[in-house]
Amino acid sequence: MTDTCLAVSGLSISLDGKAVLKNVAFNVNRGEWISITGRNGAGKSTLLKCLMRILKMETGDVVLNGNPIALISQRSLARQVAYVPQATGRFSPFTVFEHVMLARYPHLRPFAAPSRRDRDIVMHNLAEAGLSELADRTVSTLSGGERQKVYLAQAFAQGADVLLLDEPNTFLDPKCAAEVLHLLKVANQDRGTTILSVTHDINSAAVISDRIMALKSGEVVFMGAPFEFMAPPVLSDVFSASFSFVSHPETGMPLVLPWRAS
Amino acid sequence: MMRPFSKRKVLFLLFGLLLATMAVAPFLGLKTMSLKSVMAGDADAVEQHIFYSMRLPRVLVSLLCGGALALGGMVFQAMFRNALATPFTLGVAGGATFGASIYIKLGLAFAVLGVPGVTLAAFLGALLSIVLVYGLTRASGTLSSHTMLLAGVALSFFFSSAVFFMQYLSDFAQSFQILRWLMGGLAVQGYTTVFDMLPITVGGTLVILYLTHDLNALTTGEEEAAGRGVNVTRTRTVLFFTVSFMVAAVVSACGPIGFVGMMAPHICRLLIGADHRHLTWASLLFGGIFLTWCDVLARMLIVPAEIPVGIITALLGGPFFIWLLISKRGGYGY
Repeated sequence: MTDTCLAVSGLSISLDGKAVLKNVAFNVNRGEWISITGRNGAGKSTLLKCLMRILKMETGDVVLNGNPIALISQRSLARQVAYVPQATGRFSPFTVFEHVMLARYPHLRPFAAPSRRDRDIVMHNLAEAGLSELADRTVSTLSGGERQKVYLAQAFAQGADVLLLDEPNTFLDPKCAAEVLHLLKVANQDRGTTILSVTHDINSAAVISDRIMALKSGEVVFMGAPFEFMAPPVLSDVFSASFSFVSHPETGMPLVLPWRAS
Repeated sequence: MMRPFSKRKVLFLLFGLLLATMAVAPFLGLKTMSLKSVMAGDADAVEQHIFYSMRLPRVLVSLLCGGALALGGMVFQAMFRNALATPFTLGVAGGATFGASIYIKLGLAFAVLGVPGVTLAAFLGALLSIVLVYGLTRASGTLSSHTMLLAGVALSFFFSSAVFFMQYLSDFAQSFQILRWLMGGLAVQGYTTVFDMLPITVGGTLVILYLTHDLNALTTGEEEAAGRGVNVTRTRTVLFFTVSFMVAAVVSACGPIGFVGMMAPHICRLLIGADHRHLTWASLLFGGIFLTWCDVLARMLIVPAEIPVGIITALLGGPFFIWLLISKRGGYGY
C-alpha cells in the first residue's frame, strides 16, 4: 500500500482575472520525486506557490500528511515543506551561514537564539553541499551555481520531509547543474525526501524522476512514468512542438534534442 | 566579502559609547559644567536645575528618540529591501507631522489612556500615510519597493504642502511655532517627555525583537519568508503599526528629525551585518548615541544660540544620502 503524503484535489486559482490553474488534482507518495513540466505560463510555479500558501487558492483542498494545509499555521507548514523559489531576482544580504540558518526559524521560538543543534545542522548541510569554506562569505558575492547550492542547503536544513523546487538547475553550467541534481538525488534516495520539482529540463526529469506531471494551460494533461512521458505524441501535445529523440546509452530512456532534425 | 568586525565587539563598543555619552553629554552645552559643581552640596541651584531638569532629560529623550528613529528605519529598510526606505522617505514622518500640525493648529488638548493627544494625532497621520502609500502601490498593480518609495516621496511632498498651507493660515506667532517645530528640537523641561517616550521605545523594541526571525526572513523576500514559515501579511502589518507609532511619538515629542533612520541602521549593517538579532540592538544604541551627539553639537556650535537638531542631522544626512546613491549601496538589497 502506498503512503500518500500530499493529496491535491480541485485546485483552481485565477490571477488578474485569468484562470491559471483549473481543477488540478494529484497525489504524491512519500519519498517520491515528481517533476512538473509544461510550457511557460502553464501554471507550474503558481502550483508550487499554492502548495506553500504563498498564493491563496480559490477552490480545492491540499492535504499534507493527513491535515488540510488551510488549517495549519505557516510555521507548521514550513516545518513539513521547504520551498526553493526560482533563482532569478533572489537576493540575500546575509552570510552563507546566516542565510542557511534562516531555515531553522520555523523550529525556533520568538526571542530564542539558534541552539548548538541548529548550528550543527546548518554546518552539516553546508558541508554536504561543499560550502563549508564559504560560510562567512556574503551570499551576494557568490556565483550562480554556489548560490543555488546555498539555497538547497537551506532547504535541507529546514528539516522538512517535502521539498518544492522551482527550476533548481536553470541558468547553471553543466557541472553545477549535475552537482545540484546529485544533492537532490542523495536527499531523495538516502533520506527519503519527497520532491516536487518544476523544470524545463525534461531529459534530466526523465532520468531522475519517479513520475512526471505535465501542465498545459493550467490543467494536468499528463501524470505518469517518465518512459510514457518521453513519447512523441505526449510531448508534442504538452509543448505544441516536435522533437527528435535519442536513447540514453545506459538506461535506454528516450531523450529529446532541443531541435528537430531537418 | 567578509565582515571586518565581530558582532560582539561592536555591540560592546556601542554599549560603552552609550555609557560614555550618558556620562559626558549632560555636562556639555552653552555652559559646560563639571561633575563637582553638579554633585557638590553647596552648588549653584541654577546649575543643578539646568543639569537635572534640562540637560539630563534632554539626553535621555534624545537617546530614546534616536533609538526609535533608527529602529523605524531598520525595519522599513529590511521590509522593502532598500536602504532608502525610511519613515521619512515613505511619508510616515510627513503624515505624522501633518497630524501633529492639525492638532496644534486646532488648539486641541486631550489624552487617551495617558497617551498625549498630539501623539495620537501624529499616529493617525502616520497611519493615513501608510494606508495611502500601500493603497497607491497596490493600485499600480504591483507591490514593488520602488513604486512604494515613489508613492511615499509623493505623499511627503503632499503632506509638507498641507503643513505649509496650515502655516499660511496661521497668525505670525503660530506660524513661527510650527516652523520651529518642523526643524526638530530636543529642548525639554522635566521628565514628562522621557516618560512619554520610554514605554514607546521599549515597547517597540520588544515587538521588533519578538519578530527578528521574521524580519530576517523578510529581508530575503516575501516568498522566501513564507517558505520559512512567516505569516507575511500579519508580520508586515504588525511592523507597519509599530514603526508608525514609534515615529509618530518621536515626531510629536521633538518634531520631524530626518536622516537618523536612514544613516544609523545602514552604518550598523556595514559594521555588524544584516542579522536583525544583533542589528536591532546596534541600531537602537547607535541611533540614540548619534542623535545625542548631534544635539550636543546643536547646542554648542554657535553659542549662545542653539541650532535645531533637525538641521544638524539633515546637514549630515544629505551628503550621506548622496553617497548611498553614488556608491549604489542604496538600491535593491541594500
